[in-house]
Amino acid sequence: MESNKISCAAIAKIKEICEAHNNDAGELINILHETQNTLGYLPREVQVEVAKNLNIPATRVNGVVSFYAFFTEKPKGKHPISVCLGTACYVRGSDKVLEEVKKVLGIEVGETTPDGVFSLDCLRCVGACGLAPVLTISGKVYGNVDPKNVRKILENPEFTK
Amino acid sequence: MKIQTLKDLEKIKAESLASLELRNEVAPDTGDETCGLEKGTDHIQILTCGGTGCKASDSAEIAARIKDCLKQFGVEDKVEVITTGCFGFCEKGPIVKVMPDNTFYTKVKPEDAAEIVKEHIIGGRRVQRLLYIDPETNASVNDSKHMNFYRKQVRIALRNCGLIDPENIREYIARDGYMSLADCILTKTPAEVIDVVKRSGLRGRGGAGFPTGNKWEFASKSNSDIKYVVCNADEGDPGAFMDRSIMEGDPNSIIEAMAICGYAIGAKYGLIYVRAEYPLAIHRLKTAIGQAHELGLLGDNILGTGFSFDITIRYGAGAFVCGEETALIHSMEGKRGEPTLKPPFPAVEGYRKYPTNVNNVETWANIPVIFQKGPDWFASIGTEKSKGTKVFALAGKINNVGLIEVPMGTTLREVIYEIGGGIKNGKKFKAVQTGGPSGGCLTEKHLDIPIDYESLGAAGSMMGSGGMIVMDEDNCMVQVARFYLGFIVEESCGKCAPCRIGNKRMLEILDKIVAGKGTVEDLDKLEDLANVIKDASLCGLGQTSPNPVLSTLANFRDEYMEHVVEKKCRAKQCMSMLNYIIEPDRCVGCHLCAKNCPVEAISGELKQKHVIDQQKCIKCGTCMSNCRLHAISLK
Repeated sequence: MESNKISCAAIAKIKEICEAHNNDAGELINILHETQNTLGYLPREVQVEVAKNLNIPATRVNGVVSFYAFFTEKPKGKHPISVCLGTACYVRGSDKVLEEVKKVLGIEVGETTPDGVFSLDCLRCVGACGLAPVLTISGKVYGNVDPKNVRKILENPEFTK
Repeated sequence: MKIQTLKDLEKIKAESLASLELRNEVAPDTGDETCGLEKGTDHIQILTCGGTGCKASDSAEIAARIKDCLKQFGVEDKVEVITTGCFGFCEKGPIVKVMPDNTFYTKVKPEDAAEIVKEHIIGGRRVQRLLYIDPETNASVNDSKHMNFYRKQVRIALRNCGLIDPENIREYIARDGYMSLADCILTKTPAEVIDVVKRSGLRGRGGAGFPTGNKWEFASKSNSDIKYVVCNADEGDPGAFMDRSIMEGDPNSIIEAMAICGYAIGAKYGLIYVRAEYPLAIHRLKTAIGQAHELGLLGDNILGTGFSFDITIRYGAGAFVCGEETALIHSMEGKRGEPTLKPPFPAVEGYRKYPTNVNNVETWANIPVIFQKGPDWFASIGTEKSKGTKVFALAGKINNVGLIEVPMGTTLREVIYEIGGGIKNGKKFKAVQTGGPSGGCLTEKHLDIPIDYESLGAAGSMMGSGGMIVMDEDNCMVQVARFYLGFIVEESCGKCAPCRIGNKRMLEILDKIVAGKGTVEDLDKLEDLANVIKDASLCGLGQTSPNPVLSTLANFRDEYMEHVVEKKCRAKQCMSMLNYIIEPDRCVGCHLCAKNCPVEAISGELKQKHVIDQQKCIKCGTCMSNCRLHAISLK
């Protein structure tokens, strides 16, 4: 596996994060959290680099990255959208909200729009069950979402600025 | 300043008490209508909810605007604005409470901030339009004590939520915080501490209900210099937010309880495994740990006793199975969160192979009170085998969505109709789901069973961690079962075949039924598969995963039969069994539907009745949303 696709700065950053955790493989999840926070996502090359620093097989790093929903191997859009599919939102129709978002953006869950503005994911419970169904865009919660209003929310000019 | 003796701790408590006394709700209801500074008080506190739900509705902005406004009137010295944890009544959030006036404002918006200050604080008149309206009497209610939502609640685990500032350890101390820890390490032997927990009858609130005292005893008997105390804060049940609210509203209660356990079992290290998706809870926990350190309530030689205890935070990364304790431990070790067979139990071989005691957030939150008020007091609440209270996240098709805490033994009917205020929009109750993806759906006939571990289990559901989702006639139970199963299939770690493969096959059968292609034999197949998965799976997640299917099959068999025999979905949720129909008596022949239909399935001359060709229709619903006369319906 070649790791020539990431910048020297990224390699240095990964090294720094691993060292801050004493290159301890037991800290792998914390290391991946910090790396994802810094670099945005965890592509194959980054995983290989982490594995090198911790002196563990890259398969082990990939096993962890692919196991946990929080880690992503693909870059997110500028404004990540998450539709809540927790039970409280589901029984109030969030599945229909999700369908509408997919329809409006023309992407599936886990994908990013070609212009890089939006990416779409699902999550399980934001904790704003009183506002169900909810979706979040860049962390901001939109409550009581009606599928009919989805287009209006997404067409807010703020997002395409 | 470091607290070195019990006296130091009592001193801080005495200093902080005055601020909290204002928030005492025991003040007699004199019918006095004046409020605010008009009343002659020179100290008022405005509490705003800083829980995730209210924050999503701009509660931080409300607090900021109130502060600005107080400055404009020059009364910022007399009126304090305090951000608390969750009040629980999320349906009516954001909530703003004014003390000592006992006024509970609901659904407050940032633009209401000025009016609250101007009218209530300065003018001495309550803002009537923001008060809670009792749906039965239509009268406005000033204070929370007189609301049905709160009347039947007993708040033990949530005692400080919505009352204290969770980012100020002194307010926690004023509420007798850390007194239990002091009492344990100064006057009790570890064995005595465990005995108190055992006598209280407290059982694990994470779902399974194992007696907490016994768990501690096992860990204490393991011989090792290094042991760990773990807080399971990996609340993965979709639609449940009990643990998060406790962490956000009262983080110190968890810290104190973990330290007590550390003393009891001989552990110096504590770990909190918390979901990375809970940034606010993480922030509050970190703040509390930092403050406890500053005061010497965590760290070396606590209160000069030689007992040392420290806590670090570990992040989860979004895997439901990590709520299972062996999986959680593997995750903390930086591995995939796959469960392993027990024994060895974590009490013998846990984190990094050392003895480990794992308890859930709500279990921890109960511990300090048990020592404050005594195990007999705690055991006097609840039922014979389930002591104390239980916190539920009440959500779904219910009027009062929120976080509630009731004594064990309260009936589901009381929770849904009295506290929850009944079903939304006057619809008919259909089912209540407890226990999340591991629990089951209960019906009308179960509403009078008492909430306790045994009764819910016997009815085919389980206590679970506290999600309680109410469903009405518009929810299709086959779809609900499919929803939970979809969750399980996504979250199954894949280690054992029954859970990995069995649940996938069950989901395929449910997909088939929902698509209108199911047969009666499919229902038997579902049941067979469910029982095998239940018996043969490795961990608790797998063993309980068929519960939503089994309980809906048992309680809503007629609905399944309608789906497979008549191809009918009474809740009108299964699209395959529904058709878009143009009502001839409403159609005026405007042709708008036909013009917009993407597959040209609609025919009809202008000003004549139109018809949909069901063979061509792809059920996209475009016609329905375009019809201005509501002439198109789903049947």
